[in-house]
Amino acid sequence: MSVELSHYLLVGAILFSIGLYVALAKRNAVGILMGIELMFNAVNLTLIAFARFVSPPTDVSGHVFVVFVITVAAAEAALALALAMVVYRNRETIDIDKINLMRW
Amino acid sequence: MEDVGSIVAFWMLSVIAVAAALMVVAARNLIHAVLFLILSFIGVAGLYLTLSADFVAVTQILIYAGAISVLILFAILLTPRAARDNAETFLQVPGLVVAALVAVTMGAIVLVTDWNEATRGAFPETAEAIGEALLDKYVLPFEIASVVLLAAMVGAIVLVRED
Amino acid sequence: MIFLAEWWDLRDLGNAVGAFLEWLGDHGPDWLPYTASAVIGSITLLVFLVVSLLMVAWAERRLLGRIQARLGPNRVGPWGLLQSVADAIKMLTKEAITSANVDRWVFWLAPILVAVPALVVFAVLPFNEGMVLADLNVGVLFVVAIGSVTAIPIFMAGWSSNNKFSLLGAMREVAMLISYEIPQVLALLGVVIFTNTMRMSGIVGWQDDHNTWLIFLQPLAVLIYFIAGAVEINRTPTDIAEAESEIVAGYHTEYSGIKFGMFWVGEYFAGFAIAAIIATLYLGGWTLWGLEEWVPGWIIFLAKLYALFWFFIWMRGTLPRLRIDQLMGFAWKFLLPLALINIFFAGLEVLLWQENELAAEAVLPAFAIGNLVLAVGLIVAWARFLGRGRPQWRPTRARLVKELGAVVYGQEA
Repeated sequence: MSVELSHYLLVGAILFSIGLYVALAKRNAVGILMGIELMFNAVNLTLIAFARFVSPPTDVSGHVFVVFVITVAAAEAALALALAMVVYRNRETIDIDKINLMRW
Repeated sequence: MEDVGSIVAFWMLSVIAVAAALMVVAARNLIHAVLFLILSFIGVAGLYLTLSADFVAVTQILIYAGAISVLILFAILLTPRAARDNAETFLQVPGLVVAALVAVTMGAIVLVTDWNEATRGAFPETAEAIGEALLDKYVLPFEIASVVLLAAMVGAIVLVRED
Repeated sequence: MIFLAEWWDLRDLGNAVGAFLEWLGDHGPDWLPYTASAVIGSITLLVFLVVSLLMVAWAERRLLGRIQARLGPNRVGPWGLLQSVADAIKMLTKEAITSANVDRWVFWLAPILVAVPALVVFAVLPFNEGMVLADLNVGVLFVVAIGSVTAIPIFMAGWSSNNKFSLLGAMREVAMLISYEIPQVLALLGVVIFTNTMRMSGIVGWQDDHNTWLIFLQPLAVLIYFIAGAVEINRTPTDIAEAESEIVAGYHTEYSGIKFGMFWVGEYFAGFAIAAIIATLYLGGWTLWGLEEWVPGWIIFLAKLYALFWFFIWMRGTLPRLRIDQLMGFAWKFLLPLALINIFFAGLEVLLWQENELAAEAVLPAFAIGNLVLAVGLIVAWARFLGRGRPQWRPTRARLVKELGAVVYGQEA
């Protein structure tokens, strides 16, 4: 029984759905960011798996794509946490159930 | 990849990555959830290594486990009066339903499709190839990524300035 | 160089191990040589590091004593040689107190995880041509990545102690670590620009092929890496995280017994790792311009490692402790621009060299002299630019106590 592409894709799918649940269901803004990072990881894993199993042997576009995803994820994490800290400074909480001024 | 080592490595690392992600959901303390997230990052980096992506694996450890995790921990520390019990919001059940639907759909697609994979060996040296690609074919995204990082840095500093 | 590839050739211990693994491969399942090589390598590294730790701990205390004009430990055994053993026995038998309100699992895990990254870094360092545990293609980046992971167990230790001073020490420490990662990476990048490879054995091979050490070609980078490395392992003058006079003992206040022992051990292992990295990347690793045919390469490597660790000990005995804001300002305002300018000039030099296809013997000495002038000039100019150039007051000559009119007991006035 060998390890094939579908195994890696299944692991990626499971990680993505766990990350999606964390992003949808956590109350703390930092918790939501953790879910988003899990989703990024799942996507990167899928990209690398395709680059390994399907791409031509000299094509590293999958890897380059993953490097850019990691870069943008780092920038986005920094900004999301800066936003969370500004919201904390004004409202003394980062509970998204309480930051609901714009809800119906 | 049929040899015993690859199979054992893949199963161990997948179990670590997925179990740590599940503990991020289930941990009752936010700091514990972040530590399990770091474990999941390291597990995924191990999976990259089994896919012979050495440069990406080391970059993952450097940036995710080394920098983004520290960023998340500092954000938790600098919000002391926020609740740290990792509770779920009122959209818990719809979120679970959506996540389960997404998982089932993607799993079905993965298992049904014929992926047309070829039996090819591992990459010889990805670091050199990635470097050449970044400055040859993908030089425009490379330059734009540097502008994005500059914008993120300036934006973060301006946002949290205490004026 | 010519190495007799026989198993009894002790100049390269990899020969003996290689012969043993071949024997295993003939007599056992296929996965056995690979697993056996990993086990042998890990155990050898661990034994080497622990023995080095015992010797260097004794040497450090004696040498610090001499620098501070006192004898070091000299009671336990001849010249105090068994002092390290006594320390180890003390740490093992002391009671490891756990306070009541700590976060139990994180508190227990943190000391274990602190010593791990320093051990893992040794996996990519070549002690000799056949004595590398894992010759990764991205060895330099691996070293940086594992170094950056050391911030997490320190934070875990400080957080789980349920102690404000521990948390303060941990936050200071993590801020310092992430600030000094960037000059560290940029200094190592200067090496990679010249050698065109990130593989550690490839860098040693480059230095051997071109008959030079990279310390001559990149003096500013080795200085920056040395300072950044010293900060990363919390040596004085940068040990504010564990400053006994300031915040009790920082992030390891609440740890005693073997848990504290693991922090102490982890600091020394990390010191060895930084010294080994400088020895490999900048000082030519296990080569010494042909001497490695008679003296075993790993002895040369160990000699360089201990010589570099002597610089760490010297720095600890001589310099006073810096403040956290001084340290962070130093990293961001001084080391980072210098490292960037160093990379710029290194890239320029390699470009000129490769484009014009000049001979290496003519070009490398010119680069060495140019880089040295650049290093000295940059340091002086940048320090003056930041406003910290000349000291305002300099003593003109030594003055005796008698001239000042003071009284010394036992002497006539």
